[in-house]
Amino acid sequence: MNGMTFEAIAARIAQVCDEAMVVRSENGQPFVRVPAAALPRVAALLRRDPALLCDALMDLTGYDRLKYPGNEASPANDAIAVVYLLFSQQHHHRVMLEVQAPRALCSVPTVSGLWPAALYFEREVFDLLGVQFVGHPSLERILCPDDWVGHPLRKDYLYPAQYHGVPHLREGQHFDGAPRRQGDPEPTPTPAPTKKGHP
Amino acid sequence: MTIEAITLGGERMQLNMGPHHPATHGVLRIRVESDGEIVSSCIPDHGYLHRSIEKIGECIEWPMFVPYTDRVDYVCAMNANLAYCVAVEKLLNTDPATAVVVPRRAECIRVLVAELNRISSHLIAVGAMAMDVGAYTPFLHGIAQREHVNDIFEKLCGQRLTYNYVTVGGVAFDLHETASEEIASFLDQFEKEMVRFNKLITTNTIFRDRCANLAVVTAAEAIAWGLVGPNLRGSGVDWDLRRDEPYGLYGELGVRVPKGERYAGRKGAVGDCYDRYIVRLLEIQESVRLCREVLKLLPPAAGKANDPIGGHQADVSKVLKRPPKGFVHCRTEAPRGEMGYFLVSDGTKVPYRVRVRTGSFSAAGIFHKVMRGIFLADVVAVIGSFDVVVPEIDR
Amino acid sequence: MAVADLPKPGNDPHEQIVLTAVDEFLAWGKENSLFYLLFATACCGIELMQAGGPRYDVDRLGMIPRATPRQADLMIVAGTITHKMAGVVRTLWEQMTEPRWVVSMGSCANSGGPFSKWSYSVLNGVDKYVPVDVYIPGCPPRPEALIDGVMALRERVRRYRTMGVRDRDPHVVQGADCRFGSHPGKPEPQA
Repeated sequence: MNGMTFEAIAARIAQVCDEAMVVRSENGQPFVRVPAAALPRVAALLRRDPALLCDALMDLTGYDRLKYPGNEASPANDAIAVVYLLFSQQHHHRVMLEVQAPRALCSVPTVSGLWPAALYFEREVFDLLGVQFVGHPSLERILCPDDWVGHPLRKDYLYPAQYHGVPHLREGQHFDGAPRRQGDPEPTPTPAPTKKGHP
Repeated sequence: MTIEAITLGGERMQLNMGPHHPATHGVLRIRVESDGEIVSSCIPDHGYLHRSIEKIGECIEWPMFVPYTDRVDYVCAMNANLAYCVAVEKLLNTDPATAVVVPRRAECIRVLVAELNRISSHLIAVGAMAMDVGAYTPFLHGIAQREHVNDIFEKLCGQRLTYNYVTVGGVAFDLHETASEEIASFLDQFEKEMVRFNKLITTNTIFRDRCANLAVVTAAEAIAWGLVGPNLRGSGVDWDLRRDEPYGLYGELGVRVPKGERYAGRKGAVGDCYDRYIVRLLEIQESVRLCREVLKLLPPAAGKANDPIGGHQADVSKVLKRPPKGFVHCRTEAPRGEMGYFLVSDGTKVPYRVRVRTGSFSAAGIFHKVMRGIFLADVVAVIGSFDVVVPEIDR
Repeated sequence: MAVADLPKPGNDPHEQIVLTAVDEFLAWGKENSLFYLLFATACCGIELMQAGGPRYDVDRLGMIPRATPRQADLMIVAGTITHKMAGVVRTLWEQMTEPRWVVSMGSCANSGGPFSKWSYSVLNGVDKYVPVDVYIPGCPPRPEALIDGVMALRERVRRYRTMGVRDRDPHVVQGADCRFGSHPGKPEPQA
């Protein structure tokens, strides 16, 4: 491993983006938190700068921060965090970016122009977490069927009542096993049955 | 042979391959639009085996997820177990209070079973690829050898396919008494069998010409499209996590990494289907060597499970109830390439988020690019050469 | 008396004539040539492949894989069926010619298996969509278990009457043989 250290990469990012924040997780893993608006700028720097040259996108994923403990005080406590794990096959260094997208207006600029691998990863994050990637050429569901309702990896997702007339075993329940509570949103409305069989 | 997409001016034909198609390695569906015999566009459709494994990870306790990793990639379940367990151990080791030391004997057994499973996984890969292009017999030879590996694993842990053997902190059971001799004799017999396998198919001119210069992926493309593992090495990138970011015992073993070198000769190109095929065969050879090396290093059993040298399982039951809060990203080299786990922990016994990044997912992402302009009949050969396994794509 | 139980004909021309009921003759033929649809979704598919491999060799039972449902008598549902896949399974089943048989191989196809409790996308048993004749437990079942399930199915095929009353309504899930558990459906009507 002869690449740049995390601190050097973070300093380089700070040159193009003032809002970039170096954060360490509770267990000491460092990452750079970038506002969504600055992501194209930062990503292009990481991809193209000859000293950084992060040519490989190891992973692009996300998680819902809704129920993350110790999170209640922060203003963005219900944000969806989108995580970019970048690696340089040239210099053998790695960096992690995080973009927090607010739950209500969940959109993040796409990076698929820089890393074509993101074409699939972003579709998956859109499908399972409901993040809109602005500028993605074909942002459709990839794993769930096209007429699926809801984004399953969100923490407030309830089990669907049924799909195409076949009832679900845990109709409308919470994922932690709790039954439906007063004031829960209605269970996923059943889409009108479409033609069964092969589309 | 690749032909640039040319417009013949005829009618485009829509063809629907899958989800039930014997050559798509499971329930992969590909919508192909062809112009005569030439594929003009190809759109994969996934999700027919989306079993919500990542969501299940958020519902159950840390060690309970290990059986589900078997189902993430059942062709190499040992490597899938290992990937998750190494990631959880990395998470535990971020805090000295919960650090876990895997006994050395367990590390040896892990490498042993991972490499044996890599052999059997690659046997399916090369055998199925040969079958896809029309040679049925090599596949049966591969399956026959796979049975021997299954026998060894069955004696070890009682299962033939989904093992649930590697656990956080070690392995579930110690090797049985005769395991070393059985593995050694299997390896001897297997090497002779591979010579026959190569005579059957690898050096076959028809097979080689069919795969040469087909679906070429250059090194830069392979990196940008996120290809990993043998697909990345087939494009000539010298990168293997076992050697370059070693985990477990691999740092001591000195893994030799093959890469694509235009094995098909003048007709071929670096990064074609034949290179990816040959890289897998060379990896099988390397795995055989690694197994022999590890058998030499294997310390004798101590009789006590959590002995730091001769044990097979460190005690992790307490630390897994209260793992450190935070996240960790850890990647390991599975037969289908990098299997990366991104784990988020909220400090409880249930993971907050379990994310699996698999090699087949990104390999499927490049399909629509490499399949444009090839012959319709070569589509199955290309799918076979990338060695996609559908549960890894859909999870 | 089934055809298989008859004494072998000798040299005497009178002994070379076999008399049997048409139904029994047809059932004998069907039972020994259960062509199966090469259809695998998940882990059980690997064991299905191994069952077709050199060690277990189901070809010797007259079981030959067919790539198209039009030529298949038997569908072995090997692996998890998700909601997205279920319609496809139904279509494949409808494309098979009658009489058709379905073996549900493995826990996932039987009931959803390890995914039944937590998953949002897995169908809790393929019998919600197609009628199943034999359920094979296991995750995945060994090839021996698959062969045992096929043997149970062959008994069922032997009792099937082509010329008599049709005992199978294709749109109703009927009784099924379950070797290892309770009998979930009503018993087979005897012809």
